[in-house]
Amino acid sequence: MKIIAVCGMGIGTSVLLKINAEKVLKMIGVEATVEAADMATARGAAFDAQIVLTTPELVESLKGLNAEIISIDHFFDLEELNTKLSKALL
Amino acid sequence: MGILADAFGEGSILIKDSVEDRSSAISLVGDLLVASGKATSTYVASMLEAVEIFGPYIVIAPGIALAHGKPSDAVLETGLSLLILEQSIEFQHSQNDPVRLVFGLAATDHESHLELMAELAEFLSAQENVSSLLRCSDSEQVLSLLG
Repeated sequence: MKIIAVCGMGIGTSVLLKINAEKVLKMIGVEATVEAADMATARGAAFDAQIVLTTPELVESLKGLNAEIISIDHFFDLEELNTKLSKALL
Repeated sequence: MGILADAFGEGSILIKDSVEDRSSAISLVGDLLVASGKATSTYVASMLEAVEIFGPYIVIAPGIALAHGKPSDAVLETGLSLLILEQSIEFQHSQNDPVRLVFGLAATDHESHLELMAELAEFLSAQENVSSLLRCSDSEQVLSLLG
């Protein structure tokens, strides 16, 4: 199971999403690798990914990928991520 | 000092009454990163560009923005800067405006600042920490709060 967290520059929100996603995965007991990427490398990185985590503004630009795109609004609240990831994975 | 406080170099924290707009805020935290030796001015341009291209996705929580650019040679060292505004400004984010806390982040690549980000996320997740930050009147107070 491969998850990609994408933001514009690959060091800010993508990393926050990665950290939180790893916490949630641990909580729900699912094994997966989470990689942070920027928009430029997202397509390549998402080639073999099942899920792409990103922010609402970037969803449009990521359309057409094989992976399921999940948009997250809250970076400091695991509830939203938990709900959306669980739905996609379980 | 902990990882979080350590990430702030000398002269990287500023408390200001107001700035003109979000670009001024981003330029300012960028300049603070340059002043504290974390990046060069090329990186500041990248920070502004990020929002121009991708929009204000950097407003990561109500009132909090994390300005950052692309990792490159323009980054000398991973680090943070902070601008605390007395008067909030609009970043045009659909949910999290207006903003009073603007962080600047310089990172050398996509991975090595993971621990720092985890500490920052942990710190900002607690509302009391955010409220306390907003009440700080000088950089020493901010640093002792960050621990």
